[in-house]
Amino acid sequence: MRTLSKMTWVEAKLFLREPMGAFFTLAFPLMLLFLFGGIYGNKPVEAFGGYGTIDVSIPSYTAMIIATTGLVGLTITMSTYRENGILRRLRTTPINPLYILTAQVIVLLLAAALGMVLLIIAGKLVYSLRFDGNALSFAAGFVLCGVSFMAFGFILAGLMPTARTAQIVALGAGYPRELLPENIRKFANYLPLTYVVNLLRGSGSGNPGACTRGTSRFCWACWC
Amino acid sequence: MSPIVKVDGLHKSYGKTIAVDGISFEVLEGEIFGMVGPNGAGKTTTIECLEGLRKPDSGSVSVLGVDPQRDGQYLRTHTGMQLQQSALPDRIKVWEALDLYSTFYPDPADWEELLEHLGLQEKRGTPFAKLSGGQKQRLFVALALLPKPRLVFLDELTTGLDPQARHAVWDLIRDVRANGATLILTTHLMEEADELCDRVAILDRGAIVASGSPADLIRDLGGEERVTLSVDGGLPPAVAGAVPATWRIEVQGERVSVAGPSGNTPLVVEVANLLASHRIRFRDLRTEPATLEDVFLKLTGRQMRE
Repeated sequence: MRTLSKMTWVEAKLFLREPMGAFFTLAFPLMLLFLFGGIYGNKPVEAFGGYGTIDVSIPSYTAMIIATTGLVGLTITMSTYRENGILRRLRTTPINPLYILTAQVIVLLLAAALGMVLLIIAGKLVYSLRFDGNALSFAAGFVLCGVSFMAFGFILAGLMPTARTAQIVALGAGYPRELLPENIRKFANYLPLTYVVNLLRGSGSGNPGACTRGTSRFCWACWC
Repeated sequence: MSPIVKVDGLHKSYGKTIAVDGISFEVLEGEIFGMVGPNGAGKTTTIECLEGLRKPDSGSVSVLGVDPQRDGQYLRTHTGMQLQQSALPDRIKVWEALDLYSTFYPDPADWEELLEHLGLQEKRGTPFAKLSGGQKQRLFVALALLPKPRLVFLDELTTGLDPQARHAVWDLIRDVRANGATLILTTHLMEEADELCDRVAILDRGAIVASGSPADLIRDLGGEERVTLSVDGGLPPAVAGAVPATWRIEVQGERVSVAGPSGNTPLVVEVANLLASHRIRFRDLRTEPATLEDVFLKLTGRQMRE
């Protein structure tokens, strides 16, 4: 236990020292929020079922945070640890390599959660964010998606020699899908992130059941 | 002294490449044992089989009385290992690495003391990536000493270091041994083996071609000696053709190097006599004792270059 807590603490410090990771998890989503909030505001729109742009964007940005941490952050860290012999060095010690994987997941989930909380706070304060759902089911959806994406990230880190290709999977989350052209929307159906957005948007508007079939299918695929 | 490591008929190949071809040796408690040889001789494969990181194809390996494959956990708890290719995260600080790694062991050494002892105190807050090569190696030695090991494995510890840093690491290794640990190291520097090891095994192409103390191996060479000198205008061909067949001559411009057996008359006297009889002026005459390098050359017929 002492090893795990110390390792998590060290990994957390390493995460914050890596400027790119911290920037894309904590600062960049906020910048997007203010950018599109500045353009569109948060007036209720018919096409979004009476919600404003910010109301529907925050689940998307949260999904993006999950993707950057779970796919990009985790994959890059893990494949660097493997390539540089950091995992190899750990193999010469009595501790189980699972410790470092667990520590990574804890740190990245916390970082993603922090990024989401910052978004929600900014949305509430500046754009009077409308949230009709159940906070608990929204949080549960977040954890489910986060853990699934990290499982996916570990698979990618295991399969790919470098992590750069992982970034393409993170695309397509930033926009509410109603704004996308028809054929791109079709393509988006094949991207796992779409289902994260659906789940978070669904539970944010108090209607999770309607959008979660694809999501659960995706989560199951990752867990298996 | 009892053997702390026993290897019998160790064999390991990767596909069709035979890395280690049935070698046997023992390491005694309290000694510095070196495996020397050129790159690809099988040193790292052997040490990794001892560490339990690789599974031998055949042969038996016993380290601290256990089988590394079966009791790897015991081995990892009671030995220190430094790998040829390993690293720490770039941004981890020296003290953080030591603090973290010391939680891995049931009875770790005091890392603050190690830090001081290895001269890393000023670097305690420095990220790993900003350390020099020598400092990184000292940190790896510190990590290897955290478990208070009875046995320490060092794989190519000084490769890539400048001579000064190398000498500092050598002093460190002698200190570790003076504190009662046994060390097994690999190196492709014959000088390093000569300088540090109580006993060496010279490996070539997966086999041990000679083993024993460096002094014994050199003595078994039969009193080889090396004489170097400079001749103005180079060595005339007539002289080069008149030397005894037992001599090996290398000429580089004006610099001439002669290696050969020292019989009743020392080699240096014979060389000087030969040159004097041909009325050749020479300067900078120097004699060098034979080294493990010469042993390798004699045994394999090949030069061992870095």
